[in-house]
Amino acid sequence: MKYVDTNQVQKNMNSRLIKNNILKSVFFLATIFGLIVLAVLIFRVIMQGASWINMDFLTNKLSTSPDRAGIMGAILGTFWLMLVVIPVTLILGVGTAIYLELYAKKGRFQGFIQTNIANLAGVPSIVYGILGMTIFVRALDFGNVVLAGGLTMSLLVLPIIIVASQESIRSVPQHLSEASYGMGATKWQTVKNIILPAALPGILTGSILSLSRAIGETAPLVVIGIPALLIPFPGGIMDKFTVLPMQIYYWTIDSSLVEEYANLAAATIIILLVLLFLLNATAIFIRNKFQKRF
Amino acid sequence: MATLTKPNIKVKRQVISEEEATSEVAATTKQNVHKKTVYDTKDLNLWYGDTHALKDINLSIYEKEVTAIIGPSGCGKSTYLKTLNRMVELVPSVKTSGVITYKDKSILDKSFKVEDLRTKVGMVFQKPNPFPKSIYENIAYGPKIHGIRNKKILDEIVEKSLRGASIWDEVKDRLKENAYGLSGGQQQRICIARCLAIEPDVILMDEPTSALDPKSTLRVEELIQELKKDYSIVIVTHNMQQAARISDRTAFFLNGEVVEYDETDKIFTNPSDNRTEDYISGRFG
Repeated sequence: MKYVDTNQVQKNMNSRLIKNNILKSVFFLATIFGLIVLAVLIFRVIMQGASWINMDFLTNKLSTSPDRAGIMGAILGTFWLMLVVIPVTLILGVGTAIYLELYAKKGRFQGFIQTNIANLAGVPSIVYGILGMTIFVRALDFGNVVLAGGLTMSLLVLPIIIVASQESIRSVPQHLSEASYGMGATKWQTVKNIILPAALPGILTGSILSLSRAIGETAPLVVIGIPALLIPFPGGIMDKFTVLPMQIYYWTIDSSLVEEYANLAAATIIILLVLLFLLNATAIFIRNKFQKRF
Repeated sequence: MATLTKPNIKVKRQVISEEEATSEVAATTKQNVHKKTVYDTKDLNLWYGDTHALKDINLSIYEKEVTAIIGPSGCGKSTYLKTLNRMVELVPSVKTSGVITYKDKSILDKSFKVEDLRTKVGMVFQKPNPFPKSIYENIAYGPKIHGIRNKKILDEIVEKSLRGASIWDEVKDRLKENAYGLSGGQQQRICIARCLAIEPDVILMDEPTSALDPKSTLRVEELIQELKKDYSIVIVTHNMQQAARISDRTAFFLNGEVVEYDETDKIFTNPSDNRTEDYISGRFG
């Protein structure tokens, strides 16, 4: 006697195939949904803002009159902010990753730090804003200047850079460092000459991606208190400043007063998106260029 | 052509027979004169956490000889090799007791500088592991970390080391190319050259041919025979024919113990322990 009844199999066949096709459509729609929303968003933003982008818009100061308003201040603010965030996060982030991966003894203490870093990566950005407000703006009395904003942003992206760098360092094959130690190299010589060069592409990719997060982040700066008023261009890290996403935020809020502000916000969004796109493209380029090295 | 090559062969044969003659002399003197040791191991025990990996090892490694270490997987032969340059300490849970002296200096002492030891004891690994750098940079790496910056000296070291590992002719025109472009066998000889560049006294080899094809294996074995004139070599191998072919002495490890250690001829023709005989005749392992 056969256990598999051919007739029964035939009878079930159709419903099985239909189920198969339905699920395929469900998954496809799930994918398409996100793409459609993004496409609509970008389309709307471009329709609304593209015609407002010109040289004046890029180089002018902020102004209450939409025709004369420009985002040079916000661009410079973003630039100065990055000038604080990049060195601080790279030194602290990569340093922490090197210590945890290569120097720290594997044990409870290391596990404790590791868990906390993972948790910090999940803390909402507004909480970092409150932290930055308390420490940098008030306790250290910097005021709401580039330095305070930059340090707050650094705290925000630090966990991401640490985790990315750690993974990159971990992926350097053990046999490379063994070869170096085997020739009498010290730990630092091995780290400097072998491990870091091999891990660098991964570290850079992670850093660039987290920097693009810092560039687009708004909430912590809202808490710190970025002035929406007309301020002079920032010329250093102790100056008051605004950044692109803050500019978008204020113009969007105020578009109920002056309608054209919405167009200015859309135009700024385009600039911000182009900037982020360029950063991510750089990261992908670096990753692909150095990927197959061992 | 044939007439040209024939006399050459004759010359070669003569050279070989002369070498054989000298090695016979060496063999006879070996028994009479006490040979110098480079390593003396006394009552070495080693634990990975709770696992007792090496048990009461007593072993002497002799100068300018090839010492082979054979045994089944997990018998501790690689662990012992890595203890000789303290690479075993890269495993965090390792504990040792006993004494290993290298040229009368106790190397397991905490005060002994591993960097110093590893400058005199080079290592070649199981898998060819060149750095993802140019061939030149691979060889110059060791001298550079020891502070040699002079370009001319580095050039000379690179050439001498590559010649020493008999790979100079194959790579002399592409020293600036990445070492990853070479074949596995060439990569392994690059690693040997890299190891020669720090001018060590001892070369430790951890199954250096297990990832290579037979032809490359043969080249590396010939190279080991060459190197023996200037270096003391300790080689861990899974391949018993290899141990028989290239080594002067053989140690047979089993379950973390040295079962038998003697001249290779004796181990392979007339072993004194039954377990050695079982292993080399292929009854287990």
